[in-house]
Amino acid sequence: MLDASDDGYVTEDGRKIGGVVMEMKNITLRFGGVVAIKDISFDIREGEIRAIIGPNGAGKSSMLNVISGFYIPQEGEVWFHGAKRPPMKPYEVARQGIARTFQNIALFEGMSVLDNVMTGRLNFMKTNILQQAIWRGKAEAEEVENREAVEKIIDFLEIQHIRKTPVARLPYGLKKRVELARALAAEPKLLLLDEPMAGMNVEEKEDMSRFILDVNDEFGTTIALIEHDMGVVMDLSDRVVVMDYGKKIGDGTPDEVRNNQEVIDAYLGVSHD
Amino acid sequence: MPDQLIFAMEVFLNGLMAGVLYALVALGFVLIYKASGIFNYAQGVMALFAAMTLVGIMNGQVPFAHLINATFGTHVYTFGWTVPAFLAIILTMGVMVLLAWAVQRFVMRHLVGQEPIILFMATIGLAYFLEGVADLMWGSEIKTLDVGLPQGINTWLDEVTFEIFGYGFFIDNLDIFASIIAALLVAALVAFSQYTKQGRAMRAVADDHQAALSVGISLNFIWIMVWSVAGFVALVAGIVWGTKSGVQFSLSLIALKALPVLMLGGFTSIPGAIVGGLIIGVGEKLFEFAVGPLVGGATENWFAYVLALIFLVFRPQGLFGEKIIERV
Repeated sequence: MLDASDDGYVTEDGRKIGGVVMEMKNITLRFGGVVAIKDISFDIREGEIRAIIGPNGAGKSSMLNVISGFYIPQEGEVWFHGAKRPPMKPYEVARQGIARTFQNIALFEGMSVLDNVMTGRLNFMKTNILQQAIWRGKAEAEEVENREAVEKIIDFLEIQHIRKTPVARLPYGLKKRVELARALAAEPKLLLLDEPMAGMNVEEKEDMSRFILDVNDEFGTTIALIEHDMGVVMDLSDRVVVMDYGKKIGDGTPDEVRNNQEVIDAYLGVSHD
Repeated sequence: MPDQLIFAMEVFLNGLMAGVLYALVALGFVLIYKASGIFNYAQGVMALFAAMTLVGIMNGQVPFAHLINATFGTHVYTFGWTVPAFLAIILTMGVMVLLAWAVQRFVMRHLVGQEPIILFMATIGLAYFLEGVADLMWGSEIKTLDVGLPQGINTWLDEVTFEIFGYGFFIDNLDIFASIIAALLVAALVAFSQYTKQGRAMRAVADDHQAALSVGISLNFIWIMVWSVAGFVALVAGIVWGTKSGVQFSLSLIALKALPVLMLGGFTSIPGAIVGGLIIGVGEKLFEFAVGPLVGGATENWFAYVLALIFLVFRPQGLFGEKIIERV
């Protein structure tokens, strides 16, 4: 729910963070007898970089899948832009302006980088099948216009040199960047990144961190990201949710979280009752 | 030039023409397989259904006439009008789109995420169901189909080759037209999938379902579209084959001829379907010409399957199929 009196905060580096974009309320997700997420609530505010961290198997990816509509929680409510979201298919969620990347990269391997990023624009292309078949006129103008938007993003993420390359031939780090480009092409109101730095070397991680910060800075994109590497996240994010065994054990600025005893225990491996 | 070589050239040309027809049927399989991983056994029956619907509409037949008459004791068989071919083709296309929607809505939607073999079984059921519906709707007698495609020997080619070789080639006008139609169809399909936004979405779904969902593509819509396009290809195949050999049950068996074509060309490649069709067409005609007389003929019945078998041993993914890489 959007709290009218609560219209944001200012970060340490002076960025203005707005009102609540997305609010998760008492989310519980079960797979048969296994409880993946247990009664978790948190919010994501406009313009902020919000991280969800936790050890392996904490339920981070499940939470991201709930936000992006791939999983429907058994209990709890998802509020987006001040309205309660009914259960939706993932493609409907995407059309609402929530774009995402995947932990194991889900790109269209057989298509070129340019075509991959262009798929991110599908929701901006309104011409119907007949107009597309005739092509001249509306469909062509639409293609040119969206192509321009895509070229900007390709420039921004510095992948001009591989525009025409089929994605299957790219190295891992570049694939991750192409996936980010595709998500950005949708001009999302909320961008979800599932372990954007997983499997990268130090240099690639630094590149990716820079791009995430630049995206947030340049387009004002609200970003929620998942990581299990604490170090990367702390430098990047404004606020952090910490999960362990499906429960929320911490929520706050990186400094607050870092000094939270429960969080320290979870990461150092104190036994659970 | 020796006579044998001249004959072989004629056989080769005829083989190319036959190959185009095989390729037409194989195309329908490839489209659906690429986009949804379903091997659509019903593709041949769809061609039969399309051809029967086209004839029925052109002749102004009342659909389900027997059923209606038996139920209400009436005697209606025709509306008493005929529909021009062009309009009838458009109407039939409408029926095929409706069929695509029904298949997706009542069958495939409930089987999302099932094993490929289960989806395959579903299409076998669909084939028999559709065959029954087609009979019930339009009657099971053999019909002739004439949408105005030219038929008979091409006299121009006959004369030209007679002047050059002293022997006139026999090439059927219908085959020549079928080749032109097939070429146009392939060009249109390639343009559609490469340059339109729906084509791009279709390729995206063929590549990765999850990723397609994450950019806002409705799988349901794309699958209806793909089945519609396959229905369109079936209609074209049905028109050509139906004109050639009459609209009858055996039309649905051309699907079996498409199988070796697919094994050669690969199940996922549109150019593969074309090249595979041509190789099978030319191969079986030339083999019959060269080896047939030595073994008592009728090699055309099995040549394609043996060729496919050899391919399965040495190149299971086909000529153009995606490479199979197993990681340990």
